[in-house]
Amino acid sequence: MTALSALIRRDIRIALRVGGGALVGVLFFLTVVVLMPFAVGPDLALLSRLGPAILWLGALLASLLTLDRLFMADHEDGSLDLITMSRTPLELACAAKALAHWLAAGLPLIVATPVLGLLLNLDMVATGAVALTLLAGTPALTFTGMIGAALAVTLHRGGLLMAVLVLPLSIPVLIFGVAASQAVIVGPMTFGAPFSILCALSLVSLVIGPFAAAASLRHGLD
Amino acid sequence: MSDLKRGEMQLSGHGLTCVRGGRQVFAGLDFAAVSGEAVAVVGRNGSGKTSLLRLIAGLLVPAGGKIALAGGDAELTLPEQCHYLGHRDALKPALSVAENLTFWAEFLGGERLDFAESLATVGLEHATHLPAGFLSAGQRRRLSLARLLTVRRPVWLLDEPTNALDVAGQDMFGGLMREHLSRGGMIIAATHAPLGIDSRELRIGGTA
Repeated sequence: MTALSALIRRDIRIALRVGGGALVGVLFFLTVVVLMPFAVGPDLALLSRLGPAILWLGALLASLLTLDRLFMADHEDGSLDLITMSRTPLELACAAKALAHWLAAGLPLIVATPVLGLLLNLDMVATGAVALTLLAGTPALTFTGMIGAALAVTLHRGGLLMAVLVLPLSIPVLIFGVAASQAVIVGPMTFGAPFSILCALSLVSLVIGPFAAAASLRHGLD
Repeated sequence: MSDLKRGEMQLSGHGLTCVRGGRQVFAGLDFAAVSGEAVAVVGRNGSGKTSLLRLIAGLLVPAGGKIALAGGDAELTLPEQCHYLGHRDALKPALSVAENLTFWAEFLGGERLDFAESLATVGLEHATHLPAGFLSAGQRRRLSLARLLTVRRPVWLLDEPTNALDVAGQDMFGGLMREHLSRGGMIIAATHAPLGIDSRELRIGGTA
């Protein structure tokens, strides 16, 4: 446990320092969402209908932006070699790294959501619903994205490949995340059903992600 | 192996073959090392010195042959009992010297020394709070050496360990290696320069 908490603390510390990824993700999220009202125009009803979708897309792209460095940085400086050799199972180390990434880059997005909800003409309840769906859904984005990040290291290609691999995997999360938020704002379906599926997706990715990422990293040893 | 004394280890490789990127680096390589012994792996560039170290560290899968460890801690695998000091130093530029070292000490676990003591040994005690990004190449190497001291592991796999070290640093490192060997440790080092300690030579791929 000491080993895992040390890894989580280190990753969070690096993310929050100058040059770390946490702030970049939040700023990107902010930029995407702020630009939307200018693009859509002053139609307030339309804006509040599109609001959850815009927030979800912004969060998805922001988490993707920082994810590709998840293993790449450790691979480049040799830390990944030592992590692979250590007594900590690689699966757990992957899970710890994903958790640290979510705490440093995912959680700030959720905290920023109420502020951005104002820009998109969302009322308190709607903003709360979007924030809640993001809280339940962003772990799924991080943990499935981790698989792509591990593959990017294995295949020695970063960036775009990662986006191509990860975006299709995140479609279900996006569908149910937006559906649950829309249920609160426009109805007519209930919030519970899509939200439960969203939670289920997160739980499944929590289990599959670390194993798939560790398998990919082991396979790509060189 | 019954002829090993208590606490002694023997590391051996039989008929090792290494293939990287479709090219055979070496084939049919045999080696052996016992506790208290240093093996200097020599050979021309590209002969597979680093590959051999990575095979032992479990970071490469041999295409043929096997590596066996007799003695040592039966609960742990070979890589878990090794320190690997590679070309890349596993340091985070954003973290301070002390943070880098304490992270590896906590993450690698096991029996360990106080980090301040090992920093003093490698001559970095004045830089404890400096971000690792500001260190020179030699200082980074010294910080990596401090990791080997802080966390105790019986097998040291060293890839060009004296690179970037100044003369005083090489002397200091020679002393550290001798101390490690006298405690029953084992060293396998890939090197071009003389190691500075008594060692047995393992030549890969003919004469240089």
